Amino acid sequence: MRFGAALLAGALCCLSACSAGSLGSSDDETGGKTAITFLTNNDPANVKVAESVIAAFEAGNTDVDVKLDTRPQGSEGDNLVKTRLATGDMADVFEYNSGSLLQAIAPQTNLTAVTGEAWVADLDPTFKQVVSTGSEVYGSPWGAIVGGGIFYNKPLYTKLNLQVPKTWADFMANNAKIKAAGVAPVEQTYSETWTSQVLVLADYHNVAAANPGWAEKYTNNQAKFATTPQALAGFQRLEELKKAGYWNEDYASAKYNEGLNAVATGKAGHYPMITFGVPALSTAAPDNVDDVGFFALPGDDASKNGVTLWEPSGIYIPKSTEGDKLTAAKKFQAFVASPEGCAANASAAPVGGPFAVKTCTLPDSVAPAVKDLSAYVDAGTTTPALEFLSSIKGPALEQITVEVGSGIRPAADGAKLYDEDVKKQAQQLGLQGW
Amino acid sequence: MATVTPAKAASRIEDEPGSGGRTTQKSPYPYWFLVPGGLIFAVFFLVPSVMAFYFSLTRWTLFDQEFIGFDNYVQFFREPALASGLWHTVVYAGVTSGLKVVLGMALAVLLTGPIIGRGFLRSVAFFPVLVSTIGVGLTFQVLMHPTKGVINQALDLIGVTGPAWLVDPSWALLSVALVDVWQGVGLATVIYMAGILSIPGEYFEAAKVDGAGAWHRFRHVTLPLAKPATISVIILSLIGGLRKFDLIWAMTKGGPGFTSDVMASVVYKQYQAGFYGLSTAGNVVLFLLVIVLVLPLFWFFNRREETR
Repeated sequence: MRFGAALLAGALCCLSACSAGSLGSSDDETGGKTAITFLTNNDPANVKVAESVIAAFEAGNTDVDVKLDTRPQGSEGDNLVKTRLATGDMADVFEYNSGSLLQAIAPQTNLTAVTGEAWVADLDPTFKQVVSTGSEVYGSPWGAIVGGGIFYNKPLYTKLNLQVPKTWADFMANNAKIKAAGVAPVEQTYSETWTSQVLVLADYHNVAAANPGWAEKYTNNQAKFATTPQALAGFQRLEELKKAGYWNEDYASAKYNEGLNAVATGKAGHYPMITFGVPALSTAAPDNVDDVGFFALPGDDASKNGVTLWEPSGIYIPKSTEGDKLTAAKKFQAFVASPEGCAANASAAPVGGPFAVKTCTLPDSVAPAVKDLSAYVDAGTTTPALEFLSSIKGPALEQITVEVGSGIRPAADGAKLYDEDVKKQAQQLGLQGW
Repeated sequence: MATVTPAKAASRIEDEPGSGGRTTQKSPYPYWFLVPGGLIFAVFFLVPSVMAFYFSLTRWTLFDQEFIGFDNYVQFFREPALASGLWHTVVYAGVTSGLKVVLGMALAVLLTGPIIGRGFLRSVAFFPVLVSTIGVGLTFQVLMHPTKGVINQALDLIGVTGPAWLVDPSWALLSVALVDVWQGVGLATVIYMAGILSIPGEYFEAAKVDGAGAWHRFRHVTLPLAKPATISVIILSLIGGLRKFDLIWAMTKGGPGFTSDVMASVVYKQYQAGFYGLSTAGNVVLFLLVIVLVLPLFWFFNRREETR
């Protein structure tokens, strides 16, 4: 068996050596320039942003040549990043999740800490927290802070004389009027299951507002979704909307882009979504981007109304990057966190929210939904999403919310099942007290 | 009457070529010839299998591992989706292999009969087997769309409202099974055609002389003499159905919710979530499940065949 293991390890080394060569990231210094590779995900909009940022960076740093390399999105890409880190074969700079998923790639052992760099002081404090382990900071922000809540159709609100709701009761009253007008009140798109979780995840501000410190108790196995009324409410409201018949008719087979199109063109009144959908709006319904507004998920108490925020992913440098390449990589990382970097980002694609760097400002031309989000951020009524405050997020949430939202499983049952899922995740992470 | 003759005849035919008498002589080949094959087998099959059994007892990431005994198995059997997934797996395997036997036999009888364009029709029946399963899954996902899909639009034309094939919880698993049958029945047909064509023509003629109609010839000649083919089809399609993953993943991803989740997709979801040890344990469980269901069946069929 040891012989077999050695043979397998040998084969792996061979494979990784081959891929490193073909990526062209080896020690070929072209014309006095330091060549570094930047790895990011292959979403077309993201690639556009990456190309724009690289072009702006190279214009100011003529001695560095940045090559763009892409990887798949989702868990396939996660596994690729983990494998390349484990084999010491990572690109010189790479983009990866912040928050709980960052902890899964063991930053202390695999990444270069950048705590002392000048740009770190300009970072939004919450973002700094989600790219850190202990006292060390590892990343600069890639993209904007986005908020979870509800996209609504502004012309429809004007036509029916509706107000932006601050409580769940107001929201339901609006839904009743929209339904009476013959429009689907709430859009759901279960063909792409991840979209079904937004109603529960974006409700976290309301959970935290009523139960300060809930995330910590939840991480320590002291608080559960099924037994905390405000946390259970997320599941119950999903059930309530389904029972009231407020979904669009094709909710079971509709896709994300169809949902964005429906709320932009007024086929649906509301669409629970995160504002990273704003760039996608410009392809799903290019003529109607300005018809989409955004408000936070309403809770029980109007005075505590606020929005749940998702932090951007980070730009990291692996420990395998050394020498000149390390210097160049650090320059690139710093550029991304500078006003010029933010401007290059905003010029390539519409931004979905405010930047996580204090020195960056949003261009005036941002979509109305992003302006609506910025109002909450400026007012300070925000809470980071649970996945940034706790290292546990159950992997089956999207299937459970599809079941609750489709009437296959009652809300209380769904919340209990999710608590089981969370327990499994905590045990796999080896957390204490589970 | 008719049942006795072919059975006797079959056993007599089997006896004739077997009684040659070179069983006593030892193989002249030295064991060295086994080394290349054995090496490939050990490195690519034996070692990974043994390693999989070991890793199913650990909690591992790509960076480190921790031995935790049978905890993964305990966790896997507590998995809420597992009970329904196990049941779905058995239903799926049962439905697909049952339909493949019935439809495969019917198609084989048709395609070995005197019909026009037989060669062409045979290739048409086999064609879906050659297409990529993921491609088939994605294509049918479009065809089975509840409102925009061709299938329901065609049903609308004749006044039938089709079900929401893949997004209705009570239909999803069955819809995937039907597509699986569509894709896999060609293989069953080919196996059956080989079985039917190997039945000597004189049995049919003898039955005809005895006054047997078409149904009786099928019931008393074709069906019993094609039994080895039936066994192959059942075993192959059962194993295939129990481990089915690609088609289900391409069409429903186990959804809506967990309603079309099978063992293999439950295992894959654990892997996706980064629970590598847990998903390896799931694979071992799946391996044992296939063995527990298929081996007794295999013995049962073979025993029946020998006693004849």
